[in-house]
Amino acid sequence: MDLSAINPILLLASLMVAATAVMIAALGELIVERAGVLNLGVEGMMITGAIIGFAAAVHSGSPAVGFVAAAVGGAGLSLLFALLTQVALANQVASGLALTLFGLGLSSLIGQGYVGIKPPVIPKLNIPLLSDIPVLGPILFRHDMVVYFGILLVVLVWLFLKYTRAGLVLRAVGENHEAAHALGYKVVRIRVLAIMFGGACAGVGGAYVSLVRVPQWTEGMTAGVGWIALALVVFASWKPWRVLLGAYLFGGVTVLQLNLQAAGIAIPVEYLSMSPYLITIIVLVIMSNRRSASPASLGKTFHAAQ
Amino acid sequence: MLTLEKRPQPSKALSYITPVLAVIVTMIAGGLLFAALGKDPVVAIRTIFWEPLFGEFASYYRPQLLVKGGPLILIALGLSLGFRAGIWNIGAEGQYIIGAICGAGVALAFYPLDAWYIFPLMVIAGALGGWAWAMIPAILKVKFGTNEILVSLMLVYVAEQLLASMALGLMKNPEGYGFPGSRNLQQYPAAFNGELIAGTGMHWGVAAAFIAAIFSYILLNRHILGFQIRLTGEAPRAAKFSGVKPARLVLICMGVAGALAGMAGMFEVAGPSGQITLSFNVGYGFTAIIVAFLGRLHPVGIILAGLLMALTYIGGDVAQSRLQLPAAAIQMVQGMLLFFLLAVDVLTNYRIKMTKREVA
Amino acid sequence: MKMKKRSFLAGTAMALGLAATGAWAQDDKVKVGFVYVGPINDGGWTQHHHESALKMVETIGADKVDMVYQENVAEGPDSERAMTQMALEGADLIFTTSFGYMDPTINVAAKFPNVKFEHATGYKTAPNVSAYSARFYEGRAVMGTIAGRMTKSNIIGYIASVPIPEVVRGINSSYIHAKKVNPDVQFKVIWLYTWMDPAKEADAARTLIEQGADVIFQHTDSTAPLAAARDAGNVIGFGQAGDMIEYAPSPRVSSIIDNWEPYYTSRVKAVMDGTWESHNVWEGINTGMVGIGEITSAVPAEVKAEAEALQASIESGEYHPFTGPLKKQDGSDWLAEGETADDGTLAGMNFYVEGIDAELPN
Repeated sequence: MDLSAINPILLLASLMVAATAVMIAALGELIVERAGVLNLGVEGMMITGAIIGFAAAVHSGSPAVGFVAAAVGGAGLSLLFALLTQVALANQVASGLALTLFGLGLSSLIGQGYVGIKPPVIPKLNIPLLSDIPVLGPILFRHDMVVYFGILLVVLVWLFLKYTRAGLVLRAVGENHEAAHALGYKVVRIRVLAIMFGGACAGVGGAYVSLVRVPQWTEGMTAGVGWIALALVVFASWKPWRVLLGAYLFGGVTVLQLNLQAAGIAIPVEYLSMSPYLITIIVLVIMSNRRSASPASLGKTFHAAQ
Repeated sequence: MLTLEKRPQPSKALSYITPVLAVIVTMIAGGLLFAALGKDPVVAIRTIFWEPLFGEFASYYRPQLLVKGGPLILIALGLSLGFRAGIWNIGAEGQYIIGAICGAGVALAFYPLDAWYIFPLMVIAGALGGWAWAMIPAILKVKFGTNEILVSLMLVYVAEQLLASMALGLMKNPEGYGFPGSRNLQQYPAAFNGELIAGTGMHWGVAAAFIAAIFSYILLNRHILGFQIRLTGEAPRAAKFSGVKPARLVLICMGVAGALAGMAGMFEVAGPSGQITLSFNVGYGFTAIIVAFLGRLHPVGIILAGLLMALTYIGGDVAQSRLQLPAAAIQMVQGMLLFFLLAVDVLTNYRIKMTKREVA
Repeated sequence: MKMKKRSFLAGTAMALGLAATGAWAQDDKVKVGFVYVGPINDGGWTQHHHESALKMVETIGADKVDMVYQENVAEGPDSERAMTQMALEGADLIFTTSFGYMDPTINVAAKFPNVKFEHATGYKTAPNVSAYSARFYEGRAVMGTIAGRMTKSNIIGYIASVPIPEVVRGINSSYIHAKKVNPDVQFKVIWLYTWMDPAKEADAARTLIEQGADVIFQHTDSTAPLAAARDAGNVIGFGQAGDMIEYAPSPRVSSIIDNWEPYYTSRVKAVMDGTWESHNVWEGINTGMVGIGEITSAVPAEVKAEAEALQASIESGEYHPFTGPLKKQDGSDWLAEGETADDGTLAGMNFYVEGIDAELPN
């Protein structure tokens, strides 16, 4: 047993990497849910983004192209969900599950030629000067671009929801679609856009797994990250900054668990692995005491009756 | 411009026609996919949808439809009650796992005693386990107003970890050479849920599914509770005025769904599966949600939907080994089937109307 | 559709209530089925079974063998159905390639006495069911030697999958041989409770590297740990299941390859000439079931020579990787000087050897 082997600086740095994929996907889902739509297909969109991004990066030689393609692919797949739930007014829970099933199948079909290939490498930024600051440098300033993109996205989503008119409209649609419709907002159009944004984010999150974190393509490689993203949105009680916090907490539990094991400490892995979910439930209970925690129209079908 | 107009009453005729339409559209789309993969689409579709029912070895596959469809139907029946009332329990997978753990736990505790009461006790334990697991989101919803979709989903992952802990620890077979997994209950006659009539695939779980379907039909059509469930789903306001207590409804619907899912898990672990292992759960709890919707939340519909779903699994497997179709392609076809079934449902509840674009 | 019916008729005609419709159609092709637990392109366990199967067909000749397979088959009732289906459709020999298929294989085999079954990595057999597994620990001994010589930090990281005897054997074997050439080595073990989860494997590898490991063993199947080793620089690892040659010459300095082809070929041939008999075998480097991938230029010549000498002595049967004196982790005696471990103990190995500073789960 050797706790001194755990280097807190490196632990914090790897926590930031471990949290990025789930954070980006959760931010997308946050916007979707804020618009009043529950898309349980995050896992399906992530895995599709993972393979499309991987394939595009391999063929173009550019990771950036890969990420863009992953965003387009994720958004494209989410359009299926949008069609079902917003146009055909199908149940969102069932449609989301169907999307995951479809996405898992689609990704492994596309991915058949990509096993055992190494994708192009994304350089670490090692921001000059800043990365040399003791302690903070290694924790904060020696990551790849996408880690910073994730944090930037938190800021952007927060600004969007809080300070822009569009953000206000989106929230209004999520809180009460009847009223928003009465005020003349295009409920369906706004929701379709939100769903596509969610799909794009899930795609990027998936591509981060296949292009940076692992990097390789394997069937089903997102291994449930999409479901954790769903938990994370709830944990964050639909607030962007808490998504950041929650992602670091969830990522932290994983990284800490591995560190403790490596340090020779016998820990009940199963019980530690279930803790994020239990914490999420507890947060839900605590949040429920306050009003307006979850978007009021979440998961409800909207049909504009004339 | 095309717009949708809500029908005053869902169309009866269309609710029968649309599922058939969806299956046909899926066959066409799936056929195109198979053709794109270089397989003969007609042969592939026939292998998936026809072979298990009427092919050479149908006498083996038909019972398998019951084995595969039984748990799906049992779980979906329970879920459909809640879904009708707008109560979204999507954690049946977790309730299924806990039911299996509790049922197997009883059996393993009595091992190797041979007594008639062991199996009934296991059924009770399985139902109670699933019920208790479903009560967590139900009570939290009633007491604190938390979202049951999210809580029940979270509890699936907790249950999976518990399953792993059981397979690796407490329930590990002491004679299993250190491999994870419990004793095989198929070899413990007092606990074994075998075929009731050899060669039919009928085990207690399948019987329970049919019994549950009859009860659920009676409940929905003849009982005041069924009326309250339907009323709450269709017109929550009116339900409140007519004295329906939503909290009571949540507890009942979630409880029934949990108990049935738990029983499904118990019947599976005591019968076809036999063991608590790391990979015991194969997604029946999630697939059952889909089955419930495919069956239009109606008991008879759910039985048909469960069997259809089982058919795509079994036929898909046949197509895989006979035509070497990739498993992924079959998974995609299943996804498509769901998409189309969900999409055509709009025709049942809405009318498509041509309207002139309004001049603003 | 040509389909042999002998097994079907012999075994289950009664149970299924079907009338016999004639003697079995003689068909000169032997039909071989494979049941896989993962997708055929998982890059690991299943892919190597499948590649070996394809090579077997190539070796024997596609005009003589008809190969069918089913991928992504869940353990439990689904696998039982997959096997039955193959048997019904006239398979003569069925390979079931995951531990969890053990009881289903025994069940189905009882219904089809004329079909032969081969179950990988289990311990149950029947008159028409064989069990086969590989002595991967022999390969681990060779890798352990390289690891012990190559480490500079004297810390070796081990990404373990699921706590079963095979994985425990691997850890013990690597440790014993690393320690033999370098008494200062220390092992850090992380259990992931999964055979393949690339993201988790990457995290585990990074954690081990951060805690000072400069050699990474993996008993999980993805290349993620090697990618993490490459990013860290000055860290080496080994290919697992496959050669993982795309990461050579470094960080991948050698590999343990699952090569089932010789076994598959010999068993299919045995069925063809009617000499097939049930057995329970455990093959290693000697038959080629455990392949050692090329040791790259990143390894100094003398270390390479040492590793190859060990490999040769294991191959010839002159040396057994578990040779005493060895003690268990708790200090109790296990093997006396010169004594070698018996297969029974190895098959159920549930303890670490002395010196490993970690606790075995449970």
